[in-house]
Amino acid sequence: MNAKNLFPSYSRRKFLKTTGSVTIGFCLWDGCNPPLPEDIAVGELPGNINRYPNINAWIEILDDGRIRVLTGKIELGQGIRIAVAQVAAEELNTAIDNVEVVLAETGRTPNEGYTAGSRSIETSAMAIRYAAAAAKEKILELAAEKLSVEKDQLVLENGTVRTEKSGISITLAQILEGAQIEDEVQLPVKLKNKSSYILVGKAIPRKDISRMARGEQVYVQDLRFAGMVHARVVRPANYQSKLVTTDEQGAKKMEGVLHVVRNGDFLAVIAEEEFQSIQAAQYLKENSNWTQAQIFPEDIKLHEYILSLPAETQEVKTEGNTTPLNDEEGIISASYSKPYLMHASIGTSCAVALFENNLLQIWSHTQGVYPLKEAIQKMLGLREDQLHITGIPGSGCYGHNGADDVAAEAAIIAMDYPGKHIRLQWTREDEHAWEPYGSAMVMQLKAKLDPSGKISHWGYNLWSDAHSSRPGGNPENLLPARHLAQPFVKTGSGGGGGAYRNSEPYYQIPNLNILAHFFQGPLRTSALRSLGAYANLFAIESFMDELSIAAGKDPLKFRLAHLTDKRAKAVVEKTGEMTKKEELSENEGVGYAFSRYKNVASYFACAVKVYYEQTSGQIHLKKMWGVIDAGEVINPDGLKNQTEGGMIQAASWTLMEKVTFNKDHITSTDWGTYPILRFDNIPEIEVVVIDRPNESPLGAGEAAQGPTAAAVANAVFRATGKRIRDLPIGMIQS
Amino acid sequence: MKTSISLNVNGTTHDVYVDPKTPLLYVLRNNLELNGPKYGCGQEICGSCMVLIDDHAVPSCLMHVGSVVGRSITTIEGLADEQGALHPVQQAFVNEQAAQCGYCLNGMVISAVSLLRQKQIRNDEMVRLFLHRNLCRCGTHTRILKAIKAVAKQLDNN
Repeated sequence: MNAKNLFPSYSRRKFLKTTGSVTIGFCLWDGCNPPLPEDIAVGELPGNINRYPNINAWIEILDDGRIRVLTGKIELGQGIRIAVAQVAAEELNTAIDNVEVVLAETGRTPNEGYTAGSRSIETSAMAIRYAAAAAKEKILELAAEKLSVEKDQLVLENGTVRTEKSGISITLAQILEGAQIEDEVQLPVKLKNKSSYILVGKAIPRKDISRMARGEQVYVQDLRFAGMVHARVVRPANYQSKLVTTDEQGAKKMEGVLHVVRNGDFLAVIAEEEFQSIQAAQYLKENSNWTQAQIFPEDIKLHEYILSLPAETQEVKTEGNTTPLNDEEGIISASYSKPYLMHASIGTSCAVALFENNLLQIWSHTQGVYPLKEAIQKMLGLREDQLHITGIPGSGCYGHNGADDVAAEAAIIAMDYPGKHIRLQWTREDEHAWEPYGSAMVMQLKAKLDPSGKISHWGYNLWSDAHSSRPGGNPENLLPARHLAQPFVKTGSGGGGGAYRNSEPYYQIPNLNILAHFFQGPLRTSALRSLGAYANLFAIESFMDELSIAAGKDPLKFRLAHLTDKRAKAVVEKTGEMTKKEELSENEGVGYAFSRYKNVASYFACAVKVYYEQTSGQIHLKKMWGVIDAGEVINPDGLKNQTEGGMIQAASWTLMEKVTFNKDHITSTDWGTYPILRFDNIPEIEVVVIDRPNESPLGAGEAAQGPTAAAVANAVFRATGKRIRDLPIGMIQS
Repeated sequence: MKTSISLNVNGTTHDVYVDPKTPLLYVLRNNLELNGPKYGCGQEICGSCMVLIDDHAVPSCLMHVGSVVGRSITTIEGLADEQGALHPVQQAFVNEQAAQCGYCLNGMVISAVSLLRQKQIRNDEMVRLFLHRNLCRCGTHTRILKAIKAVAKQLDNN
């Protein structure tokens, strides 16, 4: 196969030439044998192919020989579309431009649950790899029959099967005659040998970025339908306010207003034009009375407040004997906290809905079309066949933001005003004040060092509210369902494993005890990128820094002394190597951190250099280094982009972010009251990808969040002498 | 009250029938069906809705459409040349893959074009200053800086 001819637009050389940059990385073929033409996969089928075994659930062959890939995942800006296209094109020996991708859509794509937890490569892309490989085998088998030649004399390339020598060829359309390949994927599957990959493992550019740069239609916010009308929701004073009176008649007299939707405490307005809907919503806001339930605690110190709440305790892990931690002497302890954080998408949540001919259609940037469908179905009392949801990318969400809520709201409005496409986009205040936040948490740590300076005992207690209240087929998790005349009432905090994600250190510690305490806090909470791992790793990796100082050890060597996993050691060692020549001036410091995400996914180590401006108290980010090992890398540039982005976002959370409230309201209602990092404090970033083609691909999109937080705090300590245990770091008083 | 308004957008005159108090953003998106400028905050704080008005990058989410009659308005759709070749800033964003979700990309590109048209000094500090109004949540900042600096360098070399 000639790579240059087969993939003219994306040869490696050309890509390097046009971008002028290359992902820094190196490839480790651990104990690799000489390449074979094919890898025979035995053992188990990977990912979601077990639930959708038919080839045509994942792969369709188009009449012109191009390939259509179906994924149950949605593009969130993480680059899943290009990754699954690369995997399919690779197995089917076709150019990347010959592959199109259908994203999550009910009744069309597999039900892959949520696009969450950094699982899309492991679950969806691997299913697509096997389905594509099985499709190739089937195509060759059918072609062999048609051409009356031996299958092993045939090659599939760019939508055509030909004999290697005699020059006879046949197109996919001629082979399949309009049919799709419905066979089940069965082991053993002949996979392309990884050493002959042309697309996978390469920095193939995403096609959607060019569309974005041209201002083409990309997002759910860009959808336009003939006769589409615009809606806005009028928000209560707070979560529990009840609508007492409103001036519907006054609103209906306004120019362009078509309808006012009132269902219990749910209030919305529809107008011909978007600005008319905004004006009418403003009018209704000013002419409505709500009860003012005082639901938030006032003037609290969050850390103490959380510890004062009733909590249910769950043992996460116990090993050895931790009673020595009850001693008073020789115990090192520290208590940390993180505030409520918001997803704070730049584009506010949006959906389009149409109810017509007894069918409700919704276009949504939800992370899970199927679970959302089930929840909305139950909320509205519809049959399964009366609802269809198409996933369309939106602004980055970083977890469970307002995407599902706005879709449910658009659905309620559309049911009340049939026959028209209803476009509903949240205001900035809707997004900031009503999205489900990442839970506030408290983490208390205790440890004992042995005479050699190694950790012998470890005690960990964490307090958290729920980290997932995704729709999951439950209407009570949809914001508007709670406000309907027949409300769906949210019961219980849910607890759940998200809180103790990465609560167990990846270090060798003989005696340890980890307890999770679940409280029900005042704010609405759900999944925010990395869930509890962000806070747990902020605490664990800050504490490791404190312990290294107590032990009189270098922070990286201290970590290495407690690690046995070679891949873990490799990312830590590489981070040390990258920073060893870094020179520090006065008021500068470098902090380090490490984790393996979920203790089973990507390995990540990082370093952060900060400068402390003593006169203002401000912390300036100077440079960040990250090293990631995500196993087999499908697209190194995508992985690097996600990692850089995760580091910057985590640095923003850590330095400056905190959801605020008074007794009546959320008071973080815009970018002024909830500021995030801007360009004046963006550091230089260097990310190294360690590619391990023979290892399984590992979830990576959330790997940077926790370690980056701790590395920033550790750097602040080194620069200022102040150990910040309650986030955000904010200004440092000298 | 609705009235007829004539707007110069991307080199073409468009007649629209709208309330002159309508923010320019909604007229561009809904009446002219442009996707580039996007609603982000409605408070001129985040930069998602930026357009060029006579070479200056300005937010369009509050500015009344009636106030820009007779001005030259350019959106990201109007940056490519007549043959469809991307403006160097757009091309640099593609080359550097300077997007994750890309929702902020419009404002970033518009701010950068405005900088390159207005300023002779395009060092790191100046680029950051010009982009200060633009928020990105995905953390694509370093790639965006790299893309803009690549164009600035190219212009300086010519």
